[in-house]
Amino acid sequence: MKKMIEQREIEVNEEGYLLDFSQWDKEIGEKLAEEQNIILTDKHWEVIEYLQDKHRKEEALSIRGIKKSGVINIKEFYSLFPGGPLKKSTLIAGIPKPKSCI
Amino acid sequence: MKNLVILGAGTAGTMMSNHLIKKLPKNEWKITIVDQFKTHYYQPGFLFLPFDIYTTKQVKKKGRKFIPKNATYIQKRIELIEPKENRVILENNEQLSYDILIVATGSKIAPDEIEGMDGPMWYKNIFDFYTYEGAKALRDKLREWEGGKLVVHITEMPIKCPVAPLEFAFLADSYFKHKGMRDKVDITFVTPLGGAFTKPTATKTLHYLLEEKNIKEVTDFNIERVDYENNKIIDYADTEVEYDLLVTVPTNMGDSVIERSGMGDDLNFIPTNKGSLQTLEHENIFAIGDATNIPASKAGSVAHFEAEILTDNILRYIKGEELKEEFDGHANCFIETGNGKALLIDFNYTHEPVEGTFPFPGVGPLRLLKESRANHMGKMAFRWVYWNMLIKGVHIPFVSATMSEKGKHYEKVN
Repeated sequence: MKKMIEQREIEVNEEGYLLDFSQWDKEIGEKLAEEQNIILTDKHWEVIEYLQDKHRKEEALSIRGIKKSGVINIKEFYSLFPGGPLKKSTLIAGIPKPKSCI
Repeated sequence: MKNLVILGAGTAGTMMSNHLIKKLPKNEWKITIVDQFKTHYYQPGFLFLPFDIYTTKQVKKKGRKFIPKNATYIQKRIELIEPKENRVILENNEQLSYDILIVATGSKIAPDEIEGMDGPMWYKNIFDFYTYEGAKALRDKLREWEGGKLVVHITEMPIKCPVAPLEFAFLADSYFKHKGMRDKVDITFVTPLGGAFTKPTATKTLHYLLEEKNIKEVTDFNIERVDYENNKIIDYADTEVEYDLLVTVPTNMGDSVIERSGMGDDLNFIPTNKGSLQTLEHENIFAIGDATNIPASKAGSVAHFEAEILTDNILRYIKGEELKEEFDGHANCFIETGNGKALLIDFNYTHEPVEGTFPFPGVGPLRLLKESRANHMGKMAFRWVYWNMLIKGVHIPFVSATMSEKGKHYEKVN
């Protein structure tokens, strides 16, 4: 489905995740974060860049990965993206949330 | 004489030995397969063992029976892979040189990754069912369990056979109903993902199963530790879930030999080209099955499809031809839903499980993403197919390595 952000039309799925990462930019990220009631700080951006880098390399995202990333510890990750940190951070980063096979 | 060495005689390794023995000229290539264990387990059977649906005898056979006679079968521990020297070190410092190496060392559970998991209550009221020992111990526990809070739990992704925990919850519902004690058991499914089902089509068409079976869902739960003294699992957000019986799928990791050899990622899985199955670091080393880091499901059906493609690529590599990046992530799995029914799913890297018919477009007889008795019979028959066709490298009629899009109802891809 289509969604308007900042007068731009982006493709998202039913849960609001971007379908095409190339449509993402920082402005879109900020607006998506606002919708989650999150104001992005430098630390948020560091995490988002880490997630996008993993996405480009087609590496799976996990809490373990975050723990070993050196970017952030897990308690901080939870406090930056309260209530489902991987789910929310991936939505803001414009990449798919971690999934299983069904 | 050149040497092709396969590490691991599980589903993938055994299949590769059977494929390659038929394809490589005997006078030019010696095929060696190494695995320290004598028993070959039918791992899909571990799901049924706890519920007394399968016996222990039905899930294990002597591995040697399935290794081709013309291959050399070495039953020794693998100490180290030395890619620069093109050799493998076995126990007692025995050395094995190779021209081509296929790593099929699989994945294993690592309960020691989570504090308190494999402590004093391991196999008392905390169990896995991803090992023969765990599934058997859990069977004995379930036979005498009088009920309470059953928590079925996934520690972290990726795991082998990602739907098995959900199937376990469905079968538990049936099992306790048949024992006339369902009212005494509270079943909760706890997952680090956003739901028991994570893809839109599957969520839409299958979520009713959880409601129908009265299985509660706790989502986005990233476990930090098991408080085995107070029977609780606790996550990083300090959410607590109480249990009387915890059936967990611990962290899955590649074999420790991969770590010792410096060839793996954080979880000891080997970085591998997802289309060709050549490892990214070494052109004469290939990886298959659960041992790789490719974004396909860790499942026997995936290893089966990979084996056909990897065999072709090994032959191309020997001839000096360019490898083909043909593997599309194809997986094909029966999912038990309890009460003698099952679902069938068919998907790959780019297509989600969809509704339709299988293997014949429009005809079936099996229906995708719909519960049916025929699908359950298919799953039961698969044990025979596994022992008699699959690991022997016999092609399964009408099922191709790459996914067919005919007879399926595709919606948008995410």
